[in-house]
Amino acid sequence: MNIYADNAATTAMSQTAVKAMLPYLTEYYGNPSSLYAFGQRSKEAIEEARATVAKCIGAEPREILFTSGGSEADNQAIRSAAAHGARKGKRHIVSDAIEHHAVLHTLKKLEKEGFEVTYLPVHSDGIVRVEELAAALREDTCLVTVMYANNEIGTIQPIRDIGALCRERGILFHTDAVQAVGHIPVNVAEDHADMLSASAHKFHGPKGVGFLYVRRGIPTVPLIEGGAQERGRRAGTENVAGIVAMAAALEESVGHMAENAEKTAMLRDRLIRGLTEIPHSALNGDPRKRLPGNVNFCFEGIEGESLLLLLDDKGICASSGSACTSGSLDPSHVLLAIGRVHDVAHGSLRLTLGDNTTEEEIDYIIQSVKEVVTYLRGFSPVWRDLIAGKGSFIL
Amino acid sequence: MALYSEKVMDHFRNPRNVGFIPDADGVGEVGNAKCGDIMKMYLKIEDDTITDVKFETFGCGSAIASSSMATELIKGRSVSEAMALTNQAVAEALDGLPDYKMHCSVLAEEAIQKALEDYYSRRDQTKSE
Repeated sequence: MNIYADNAATTAMSQTAVKAMLPYLTEYYGNPSSLYAFGQRSKEAIEEARATVAKCIGAEPREILFTSGGSEADNQAIRSAAAHGARKGKRHIVSDAIEHHAVLHTLKKLEKEGFEVTYLPVHSDGIVRVEELAAALREDTCLVTVMYANNEIGTIQPIRDIGALCRERGILFHTDAVQAVGHIPVNVAEDHADMLSASAHKFHGPKGVGFLYVRRGIPTVPLIEGGAQERGRRAGTENVAGIVAMAAALEESVGHMAENAEKTAMLRDRLIRGLTEIPHSALNGDPRKRLPGNVNFCFEGIEGESLLLLLDDKGICASSGSACTSGSLDPSHVLLAIGRVHDVAHGSLRLTLGDNTTEEEIDYIIQSVKEVVTYLRGFSPVWRDLIAGKGSFIL
Repeated sequence: MALYSEKVMDHFRNPRNVGFIPDADGVGEVGNAKCGDIMKMYLKIEDDTITDVKFETFGCGSAIASSSMATELIKGRSVSEAMALTNQAVAEALDGLPDYKMHCSVLAEEAIQKALEDYYSRRDQTKSE
């Protein structure tokens, strides 16, 4: 059996999206900046896509800025807000401990440039507390950036409340909604978002394209200088086919969101129930306030990379927050932030379901994970010590 | 491109000498769970020869494969030959490891060294009794 259970990493492109993009890779290859009709045809396709994307998140077309993906959108949003703040002498930013590296690394750079960043803790449920965020705001706070939903543990943040608070205090609010858009309802007006990042390949669009929503009137700083594309906010000839496909994929995802989310959440809960049967295991993140397709567990006494490799042998594509899968010495910063100690954070497994995941696949995953965990524990010196009563179980 | 060589995957999927020896003559454990790797080697030694070796490992694919390969390289060898085993020899026998996984082969070398040290200290203790 081949099961793709890593939909938070990327998703398969939808047929609708593929069909939508093909003409722009073949016959309609005109440059959108060219003035002749053939070029303008590409320009029209982009503007149509912009209107579609805007409609899907409750924005106006002119508020959508096409980028190369979520990371670029995050970088540009934060850089723009920082530049805007600096002009007014405001150099304080509020974020949290479980952001994506596209946000965290940009913030780290800004810290070196003289900005001060408050990283709010998340509780063991993986959720930021609005009252703690309120307490962190200062006179010189120029930006609050809190992700919509976490890529590792799937927890959904109280975005609407955070947005309302920031709007009331007159502070710019950006949210990295890469994991949320196309999966759960996102509406920039209701969420009071000033900026929002999204990536096409997370909702069945192509890789290498995304967008940044920027509320009208908020100044942006271009990351790429050159031509006047995207009204001077992002130079470079547009990824026409990618943009068209992204819009098609988003429209389709939003159109089927309610039914997909309901079905996926049921499978998610079935998977959570099954994996909970494994002794000394624990679900990471709030069981309810999480993305419909996200399951993330820690298993005591084993290491995540070997777990992934053996699941791969069984045809299951999954991911882990272990150090060995990140190429660094530390396990996932998200798991550490929710209070998992290193020892168990290394033994994590993320399974992210998609719209096509079946019950049969879920049962196969449960069976396979049980087998692999038991097998690896069978020759784990950590496990031997634990069951021998040397040291105590953490989970 | 695969993450690991065929050899690494073979030793990871079918680890040799997995387990523990209850009456081992030398036991060595290195690494810690905080870093995500623990290796434990058990040696049975008779007439200066490693007659049996078993390992237990908590760690990634290359840590398990390195342990497995290291046990194969020292089984049936003399204590001094085992003492001379280097991490490079383990990595080479596995047809190489990615740079950031070389520490796994170092752990294997250290686990064997530590088990041999344990063997020597136990032997010295017996002698002095």
